[in-house]
Amino acid sequence: MTTAPTPVPTPAATEMISGGAGVRTATPVPRKRVRSLRRLGGSWLATVPLLLFFLVGFGLPAVAIVVGAFTASSDAEAGAGEFTTANLTDSVQGAYQTALWSSVKLSALTALLATLIGLPIAQAVVTSRFRALREAVLTASGVLANFGGLPLAFAFVATLGNAGEITEMFDLTDHGWSLYSFTGLTVVYLYFLVPLMVLTVTPALDGLRVQWREAAQNNRATGFQYWRHVALPILFPSLLGGFVLLFGSAFAAYATAAAMVGATVPLISRSIADALSGNVLVGQGNLALALSLDMILVAVLVMAVYLPLQRRSARWLS
Amino acid sequence: MSTTTVDKKTAVGATVEFKALRRSFGVTTALDGLDLTINPGELVALLGPSGCGKTTALRILAGFESHDSGQVLVDGEDITGVPAHRRDAGMVFQSYSLFPHLSAADNVAFGLRMRGAGKAERRRRAQELLELVGLPQHADRYPHQLSGGQQQRIALARALALQPRVLLLDEPLSALDAKVRLNLRDEIRRLQQELGITTLFVTHDQEEALSMADRVAVLRAGRLEQCATPSELYARPATAFVAEFVGTMSRIPCVRSGDSVVLLGRPFAVDGTLPYDGELDVLVRPENVGLTASATGPALVVSASFLGSVTRLTVRLADGTEVKADLPTEAAAALPIGSNAELTLPDRPVLVDRRTA
Repeated sequence: MTTAPTPVPTPAATEMISGGAGVRTATPVPRKRVRSLRRLGGSWLATVPLLLFFLVGFGLPAVAIVVGAFTASSDAEAGAGEFTTANLTDSVQGAYQTALWSSVKLSALTALLATLIGLPIAQAVVTSRFRALREAVLTASGVLANFGGLPLAFAFVATLGNAGEITEMFDLTDHGWSLYSFTGLTVVYLYFLVPLMVLTVTPALDGLRVQWREAAQNNRATGFQYWRHVALPILFPSLLGGFVLLFGSAFAAYATAAAMVGATVPLISRSIADALSGNVLVGQGNLALALSLDMILVAVLVMAVYLPLQRRSARWLS
Repeated sequence: MSTTTVDKKTAVGATVEFKALRRSFGVTTALDGLDLTINPGELVALLGPSGCGKTTALRILAGFESHDSGQVLVDGEDITGVPAHRRDAGMVFQSYSLFPHLSAADNVAFGLRMRGAGKAERRRRAQELLELVGLPQHADRYPHQLSGGQQQRIALARALALQPRVLLLDEPLSALDAKVRLNLRDEIRRLQQELGITTLFVTHDQEEALSMADRVAVLRAGRLEQCATPSELYARPATAFVAEFVGTMSRIPCVRSGDSVVLLGRPFAVDGTLPYDGELDVLVRPENVGLTASATGPALVVSASFLGSVTRLTVRLADGTEVKADLPTEAAAALPIGSNAELTLPDRPVLVDRRTA
């Protein structure tokens, strides 16, 4: 989505507005306002590269997805290239509905678990007296949060796959363990989501003021009560923000799942890939776009909850 | 301000005692055997330069710091080992520290909520306390919607909500602008006296300490230099450090003469002990220095500062020593900058200290 930038007066126009040497207007604009308009123009210019990037990298693909999702496939028997809602209807039915629901479940579960695991780790990092430990954990988190795709899948196959080192060492298969399942995928996703959560929530924990804890203690609050009534409510928007980021990251993950579970665990990202590549049926490109639109809508829905809370949190923790 | 009857004079302040309290942070000694007793209902200000240990003492009493040795007694009971949330002390912090996600009323009622009080009771008590601090109409506002002074009043109400036996004030006025600071200073003192609550007030601002406290305890490097009423502290400082830290003081070189000193050609008895060696200075307050216009006088007027009813003149003696003198503004008019004057001191014992480099 793009917005039209505020019109900026050209130097010549500014000269006219301010009543230059040659032209006098009936109601000259105050010099102060002209200066602020000039400043505004300067600041807008600085955002042009970002807006261009946004337009090309996000705006155009988004428009293409929306248009494609409502357009009948060129291979369609009737009405090829015409407006249709069939793609969107198909995208939330049958196997696609299962894949969408499975993706939402997996993303929500892994994001929730990563939030629950990442928060105490981040708190330990923040309260640690050892600066080197803090820096080591945060650096490692930065690396691990970006460790995904085939290398991650291979690492887990080698350790927790059917013939993996740890699987054999502890006879995990006899205990019902399978890496190539929803549970297995959950564990793999946590490998990069927990570090991502640590990175996300650490600044918020840094923002918790020591005096809030002391004031709570001074008002008879135990450690548990402090977390229950002060720290967690203040952190809630940040935690939700982290959850949303993790949800999005898990929701969009493709390569790791594709390499590990194939079609065993139906996921929307894999369904899109199948539809685009014609693995199952040819001429499913527009359906793939409709599935992508579903993903965008889920992301927008989650962001709509998150953004107002994030604004409030920023005010509290500033 | 308020007509509420909240707990006025019903709260009985406790006796607080620090006994040989020591605390070190690595190689830095914050408290070096602090001995201090605060009587019930008394407001004692801990005053001293940065790093003198005043905040450490307060935090030890609150339970936020531990001490290495010594005792902290409240009504004769050693509270070492009692966790902060079980100590019967209310605290107001320097930077407000209100909970940002709670309204003013909920902030005030926070302690009651932790104690399990019902919603109606919490609401009623919070309203009473907000009236007590003059902000009954701000109950539903959040901290970011309040000014610094208002936030600190809410923090004060919160600290008083559980009727603590001891009130701890950790530089509560230092983040406020001058006018608000003056108003709140008076208000804190009024509330403290109305409620009769034992109060320990940490500040580095001597004016605040002298104007609010029943007694002022001056700390230096973790040790108590002197604890006395403001007037005694000002008029009869026990040490040169106290004399120079509290109020303005000038140093004038003097000469030892047996048990007394000679200054400006006159002998003076010594107040306190006379240092046994080294060069000596007499310490004098500006209001104790007399100046009379004299063309042959040894003091040259080098500057003048108008302070309202008095004007502070700085004079330079023949040896380069600069001495401050407060004169009624009308009298000071007779001594313009560049004129000469006779310098006199009252005929009473003087405080003497070794000359500093």
